[in-house]
Amino acid sequence: MMNADSSPRRPYSTYHEWYASQDRNRLIAKSKEAENIFRKTGITFAVYGHADSSEKLIPFDLIPRIISGREWRKLAQGIEQRVIALNAFLDDIYHKQEIIRAGRIPRELIEKNDAFLPQMIGFRPPGGVYTHIVGTDIVRTGEDQFYVLEDNARTPSGVSYMLENRETMMQMFPELFHQNRVRPVENYPYLLRQSLSSLAPPGCTGKPRVAVLTPGIYNSAFYEHAFLADMMGVELVEGSDLRVIDGKVKMRTTRGYEAIDVLYRRVDDDFLDPLTFRPDSALGIPGIMDVYRAGNITIANAPGTGISDDKAIYSYMPEIVEFYTGRKPLLENVPTWRCSEQPSLKYVLEHLDELVVKEVHGSGGYGMLVGPTATKRERAAFAEKLKERPGNYIAQPTLSLSTVPILVNKGIAPRHVDLRPYVLVSDKVQIIPGGLTRVALKEGSLVVNSSQGGGTKDTWVLED
Amino acid sequence: MLGRTANGLYWMFRHIERAENGARLIDAGLRMSLTRSEATEDDWEGVLQSAGVRELYDQVHDQLTSSDAIDFLLRDTANPSSVMSCIESGRHNARMVRTALTRETWEATNECWIDMKAMLARKVRPAEMPEVIDAIKRRAGLIRGAFHGTMLRNEIFNFSRIGTFIERADNTARILDVKYYVLLPAVSAVGSSMDNVQWESILRSVSAHRAYGWVYDAELRPANIADFLISNGRMPRSLAYCYEKIVSNLGYLAREYGEKHAAHETAEQTLESLRSRSIDDIMDQGLHEYLEEFIRHNNRLGQEITDGYRFYH
Repeated sequence: MMNADSSPRRPYSTYHEWYASQDRNRLIAKSKEAENIFRKTGITFAVYGHADSSEKLIPFDLIPRIISGREWRKLAQGIEQRVIALNAFLDDIYHKQEIIRAGRIPRELIEKNDAFLPQMIGFRPPGGVYTHIVGTDIVRTGEDQFYVLEDNARTPSGVSYMLENRETMMQMFPELFHQNRVRPVENYPYLLRQSLSSLAPPGCTGKPRVAVLTPGIYNSAFYEHAFLADMMGVELVEGSDLRVIDGKVKMRTTRGYEAIDVLYRRVDDDFLDPLTFRPDSALGIPGIMDVYRAGNITIANAPGTGISDDKAIYSYMPEIVEFYTGRKPLLENVPTWRCSEQPSLKYVLEHLDELVVKEVHGSGGYGMLVGPTATKRERAAFAEKLKERPGNYIAQPTLSLSTVPILVNKGIAPRHVDLRPYVLVSDKVQIIPGGLTRVALKEGSLVVNSSQGGGTKDTWVLED
Repeated sequence: MLGRTANGLYWMFRHIERAENGARLIDAGLRMSLTRSEATEDDWEGVLQSAGVRELYDQVHDQLTSSDAIDFLLRDTANPSSVMSCIESGRHNARMVRTALTRETWEATNECWIDMKAMLARKVRPAEMPEVIDAIKRRAGLIRGAFHGTMLRNEIFNFSRIGTFIERADNTARILDVKYYVLLPAVSAVGSSMDNVQWESILRSVSAHRAYGWVYDAELRPANIADFLISNGRMPRSLAYCYEKIVSNLGYLAREYGEKHAAHETAEQTLESLRSRSIDDIMDQGLHEYLEEFIRHNNRLGQEITDGYRFYH
């Protein structure tokens, strides 16, 4: 929030003035009030591997993270470029594979990757769109300095928090929204439905019928699935509600079976169709891939998009962006060592105390090592795993992430954050001005994942 | 609407109804033990039977004590019909069908679960019982209020109401069935004070001990009590009332969907029989047999609704 000379940074100046006039105890009471709103509404998530914590709240910090309009425009251009490149890359590797032939990416990296689906070769999804919804994880290290951490092109979650955080802030501090010109995010569900409907399959003749596919009530993001279905005004379905009948995917209603045209699925590729992928999946719909290939349903995001946000591919993103857009990437990649390569592995093992090591296929902050904060013993144990399966890991330096203030009992204190803006792709790319700011609540910590003690904040993009 | 959603609504409201009735049963049991001087374990046996969990209780406990029985009815997770288990299941179903509920209805259900979970985290001491029973009834009332005040009168509403009344009819029939011997005019016990307490406990467990006086007279007569709980269409927990509601909600569905199922005929026939048979006739033929058959028909109706509206497949 502050400059080096302890004046407030420009986008924070109006907020800072307001904050200075507030009674701290009132703010702390408001903070409890916010927690009650979240608990009452049931905005919870599940933590895997915890017996007694089937439903938890993600801590909410009530000091907004504020981004100037100017800085946002720059960021948005970079994201748009990247998302366009991701779709072009997917279309290419499932068709002509020019990027491989041009020698920019090793063939085996694609074809031996579990996220690459041979079933998608030669098939083009409706509208040519693979990644309908993207959540690009970004960190800021200084003025206009952004790095992309991950591209999340499969089923990015967290957008319900973006919406609920804003709703809560508007309820608790309406005056702030008079004083600051904050760009709206609340039309996201409307834009999402519109965007999904516009990509209905060729086999759809009437008004497209959209549904959200959830793995069910025990999934960690079930709340979000229900929330999005509700806000869009579409059905929330499970695999057991769906069946392929007469070449269409239909849902079992109290009146009989009715067709679905667009399926926003929050189920992983592996589980989507037991006839095509994992035969033991009870979450999917047997035969849906045949319906898909016959042009009778749109699946968002398309199966096989996972190859584009794979951590092994990530390090090639600068080449990918340049290859398909013909321009230098506007957003930087975090320098990445691929442990599969011998010299990199050697470097990583020698510098474990300064690096973050991640599993190539992991997500959600599970199975990663944060070198600078890990104990010697943890690092030694991790080094063994690394040597055993080097191809399973990548490493990145810890960036000097910018901090934003959070409310603590003694007032405010700085914490590290990242940012996940949400992007909708149809015949156009729409970036919602704002996103989910995740904050590492532990002092000094760099891990923002909710499963590892992270919290969230409202994110403001100002009009200017 | 998805078949699974209809199923979720139906069971959400069955469970909430059962939780509330469970609280009433416990309340009636407590009341009975207060007004009688002799040992009361037998009374709790009757309460366990009314709740349909007598055998289950024996699987978990070696002997019957009032303290264990209350705990079993109130908060034991080994008992799927305990108040806490029902609130848990009701909320679980509500969470599953959240998109079909208004925010108010969902929040009332979620808050009921949050509060009761805290209140029933430990064994409840006798002194706290009135407060706990009251809290359950109040919470259930808030759900009902939010539901009635905010929900559209559409198929969602109909499936919810059908769940409520199938459960309620089942509960009322069970209470009567367990106590039917009390209602049988036996020469020796008639008019004794013990009988009066038992009769009153029946009315209390359906919150009707005051209303009875308005409709009949101050004197408790077996035939009047049975009439009140079986045939009186104005008594909101009577079998006749429940079936009027079931028939009318099934009727809305038939009109909206333009088709009828086996369930429609079953429900209409049951209502017709509830209206036409006099209470003397029923008692002459045997109250127990009558209620047994009613419970069986009620279950069959539930199954026919499940099939007709594709709850599962």
